[in-house]
Amino acid sequence: MNFYKSLDSDTKPIIIALGFVIMILIVGTIYTLSTQGTAPLLRPSYVLQQLQVGSFLGIVAAGMMMVILLGHIDLSVPWTLTAAAMMATTVGGPMAIPTGIAVGLAVGLFNGLGVAYLRVPSMIFTLGVDQVMRGLMVAHTGGYAPDTDATPLMRFLAAEKIAGVPVAIFVWIAVSLVIALILQRTGFGRSVYATGNREAAAYLSGIRTKRVIIGSFMLSGACAGIAGVLLAGYSSQAYQGMGNPYLLPAIAAVVLGGTRILGGRGRYLGTVVGVILIVLLNSVLSIMQMPEAGRQIIYGSVIIGMLLVYGRNQAVTS
Amino acid sequence: MANGSPIVALKGVSKHFGATKALENVDFACHSGSTHAILGENGAGKSTLIKIMSGVLDPTSGTMEMEGKPVSFSKPSDAVDKGIVCIFQELSLVPDLSVAANISLANPPKRFGLIDHKAQNRIAEELLARINCADVNPNSLIRDLSLSRRQMVEIAKALGKNPKVLILDEATSALTSKDVETVYALLGQLKADGIASLFISHRMHEVEALCDTLSVFRNGTHVETFAKGTKSDADIVRLMIGREVGSHYPAKPNRPRPAPFLKIEQLAWERALKGVNLEVGKGEIVGLGGLDGQGQKELLLSLFGVMRGLQGTVTVDGTRIAPNSPAKAKADGANIALVPEDRKTEGLMLPMSIADNLIAASFNKVSNGPFIDGKKEDAAVRSAVEKLQIKVGDVENAVSTLSGGNQQKVVIAKWLMTDPDIILLNDPTRGIDVGTKQEIYKLMRELAEEGKAILFYTTDYAELIGCCDRVSVMYDGRIVSELEGDAITEEAIVAASLNIGTDGEAA
Amino acid sequence: MIERFKYSLRQNRGFYGALLGLIVLYLLYNSLHPRGFSTAVLIQNANEAVVLAFVAVAQTIPVLIGGLDLSVGAVMTLASCIASVLVTGSPAEMTLGIILSVLAGTMFGLLNGLVVVYGRIQPIIATLATGAIAIGLALFVRPQPGGDIDGDLNWAITNAVFDFAETYGFADDGNAAWLQPIAWIPVPLIILTAVMLLVWVPYRRSVTGRTAYAIGSAEGAAYMSGLPIARAKIMAFTLAGFFAGCAGLYLAIQTSSGNADVVQAGEYTLKSIAAVVIGGTSLLGGVGTAVGSIFGAFIIRIIEFFFRINIGSFSIDPLLQTLFQGVVLLVAVSLGSLRLTRIKNRLDVFR
Repeated sequence: MNFYKSLDSDTKPIIIALGFVIMILIVGTIYTLSTQGTAPLLRPSYVLQQLQVGSFLGIVAAGMMMVILLGHIDLSVPWTLTAAAMMATTVGGPMAIPTGIAVGLAVGLFNGLGVAYLRVPSMIFTLGVDQVMRGLMVAHTGGYAPDTDATPLMRFLAAEKIAGVPVAIFVWIAVSLVIALILQRTGFGRSVYATGNREAAAYLSGIRTKRVIIGSFMLSGACAGIAGVLLAGYSSQAYQGMGNPYLLPAIAAVVLGGTRILGGRGRYLGTVVGVILIVLLNSVLSIMQMPEAGRQIIYGSVIIGMLLVYGRNQAVTS
Repeated sequence: MANGSPIVALKGVSKHFGATKALENVDFACHSGSTHAILGENGAGKSTLIKIMSGVLDPTSGTMEMEGKPVSFSKPSDAVDKGIVCIFQELSLVPDLSVAANISLANPPKRFGLIDHKAQNRIAEELLARINCADVNPNSLIRDLSLSRRQMVEIAKALGKNPKVLILDEATSALTSKDVETVYALLGQLKADGIASLFISHRMHEVEALCDTLSVFRNGTHVETFAKGTKSDADIVRLMIGREVGSHYPAKPNRPRPAPFLKIEQLAWERALKGVNLEVGKGEIVGLGGLDGQGQKELLLSLFGVMRGLQGTVTVDGTRIAPNSPAKAKADGANIALVPEDRKTEGLMLPMSIADNLIAASFNKVSNGPFIDGKKEDAAVRSAVEKLQIKVGDVENAVSTLSGGNQQKVVIAKWLMTDPDIILLNDPTRGIDVGTKQEIYKLMRELAEEGKAILFYTTDYAELIGCCDRVSVMYDGRIVSELEGDAITEEAIVAASLNIGTDGEAA
Repeated sequence: MIERFKYSLRQNRGFYGALLGLIVLYLLYNSLHPRGFSTAVLIQNANEAVVLAFVAVAQTIPVLIGGLDLSVGAVMTLASCIASVLVTGSPAEMTLGIILSVLAGTMFGLLNGLVVVYGRIQPIIATLATGAIAIGLALFVRPQPGGDIDGDLNWAITNAVFDFAETYGFADDGNAAWLQPIAWIPVPLIILTAVMLLVWVPYRRSVTGRTAYAIGSAEGAAYMSGLPIARAKIMAFTLAGFFAGCAGLYLAIQTSSGNADVVQAGEYTLKSIAAVVIGGTSLLGGVGTAVGSIFGAFIIRIIEFFFRINIGSFSIDPLLQTLFQGVVLLVAVSLGSLRLTRIKNRLDVFR
């Protein structure tokens, strides 16, 4: 207990989230053992397969975290992701992946300009940008799934395995390393925390807060772009609305990992744990063949429950 | 005068914030029909006293009585219900609501259970007329009013609560002279109506003119209460300060005035700056004096690239500079540092670690390329902590865990890490304990000796006298007087602040 | 009175801008429409706009206190699913069903308020989670889309006053002379107006409502002035639930069915935020009105209607509809940043 108390407030949520992960594993395994006599949740191949699907969410959440750390939010992720996927498959060839990422960067730049220079609340600006991207894609495809296919490289990155480990997980790890490095070891990363904590103080410290905002949104866009490229590779195709299921879980993963929704606090490791938590929760619920109704209720209750636990901690420490 | 039993009495009240003792075992009483001044330096405990009386803060120990009966307030509205109404310095008005709605905010007149706008406007009109503010339309939004008008609305709002005890915390500092006279008249009227007014002001002549009883506070203790006229001004000042002034300032060097390094010519901005001329040389500490709000803060922010639409010229070492952001102001060529007014919202990212705050202005100094070098970072943080003797357990702790004085040291250390040529200080010793103040004075002198040019704004006259090689006094957006050497006296500064001095006109 | 209006005009530029935009757009729409300025068109438009209007009103109140309710679409869906099961049978049963549907929304809003105030969780993230719970409950109530809502009720509620009177046989089956001046008005607009008059207007003129504005504008000042902050926050979310419940009820009656559609719920939530902003309410809180949000919702719908007109020279490619809407939204919200050009102290940008 003393050990627990000695942890700083950034680490506690991560520990709690890890506790939940273990709890889900235990509950899920007890369930499968008692009903089917097997323990798929403890089988590496099954876990890796789940993480392969989870890596798309993980990459989106990594970018989302950059923006949430500023106290902003990026609601344009769904159609940035879709647009990146569609443009990548349209262009095809060796330029497919760079095109996808460039789409993400461009949308992020536009978001950043709107939020930093026009000071429109990110909540509403990125919502508008999401709609614009959707509009562009509908106009581009006529509202149908484009009939262009993912390139072999995209398929390799998303669906193949190296030594039994899905390549997508390596991509997630690479993205994670980059984001963690930026956050911890660069002036830009520290500026993100400073700006998220108190923009006026950061500005008066000579931090170029507008660049920080724009940079973070570009990173979020780039991550959405990478996720889009991968997802298109995984399904061999881009399709309408492919980004929609990723927005809210990404925000939830970031927050469950201990990042403050108002910005300024949070560790990247927490976001990774948050993603794993959500992925595992989903897989246990599908093993239990939980109907969608129960899934949604449990999903929401877990988020509220965990945040209540975090909140109690804060009340004690403050 | 102090006859009969008191309307409010505090007995043995203490208030501690962590290790800081804001109030220590205070006995205090005030009486109906009296205008009672509370005097004391910054940090003497005046604000804490009135916050306890008005239910904003709970005392750590001690009791409060009203008309002989013990009372305790858990929130401001409890105090209002008992008749203690406070006009706070930081306004309690809601900017997006109308004047009328603000005046009847918590207890609006109702008709059929709904807020009656007509009656609400009528109440507002009556109260505003009472304080000669009939020109304020009850339908205006607070955010559209000038600071002075807002303050008057605040007073009207307080009167609308039918106070038995009215506390005015620096209520006149933002007012125009016409409104000040209105408030004077009002206080006389309240006194006749048998209301107890507690009056906090730094302006001695106001206290002289208005109050019948004076209480002096110092370092969280109640020193003495006496009737007006029983003590001379000098006696009162001695009670407030508690010891001789000037002894704890480092010696000023005796040498000719250095060549100007920072040169400001005809600097004008909006209505706050109306053509400022000022020079600061290397190795010099130049003080900015004057009453609050005469353009001193705007001057410092202008130099630091915060203000838009500046006129006039600023040169550093002969080169004209016009930074359009703090980032440019701190960059090579200008090399300016600013210790801002409010360390909690402008100087520090409170929840972040001490180390992160220290390097927040100098990422380039601790980085190789884009990456922060852990060793360089540690070394820089360690040397900053040592240089300013910041009392820290672990530099990874949140900066909010430090005392006010040590927090301010972190702000200063953050800027020293950038190795600035010009240091702008905006009231750096506000709310800081005496020991740390002295360390800051010493540090300022050391920095000047290292060849920095220092521009130092403070509301404390003693600091101007004790620390500065020269003092420029501002009044209404201009520098009205420049004092040097032995000419820096309290009388000269006060006279210049009120713009009544005819001698020493230098601007 | 005139003077108050002048102040109101100056203080609520966003609101009057939205009203003006609404009038201009609607006149333009009707003049382009082959059957423009007819009751039939008005009724159809009203039916399609009123649900979003209710959801926008629901969103307005949490936004006024400086929060956001991401569950309004889900709560609407929950209420509509409940209504699709309960609003059937005898008049008494139907009435009970109507009450229970709206009550379910209200109680869910109360839950949101309690979680936000006593759980000390940021509204945006709390309602994100409770929104999932609401959708889950809706799925339990109605795993498959469908419902058997009374056909008469559907007809009466989704048409003009005349049809309402005819259906339920009063005012000489709608032919009474006194009814004629209002016989053409669509019932959905009457319902919307009635609910606003009965709930929003009193709320706005109560201390609780005023406290909501004060919290959004300056929470510290609200506290100092002794306003009931916790109560006002809980009330804000409860009312959001109530209005979302009204939206769900109407949606169910209008479509004669319920559908626990996650995508639709999310779309309504996001559009409600857009409607609130277009209607002149600040996302920072303290400024705006629910009536403005109704105008905002109508504007959003009218822009959609434009894409349906297809006559001769004037037609817009429906494929461009989403893009056009997004651009309009971006332009509308960016207009507010004109104020930045007046800021002379760059620190004021952060306030």
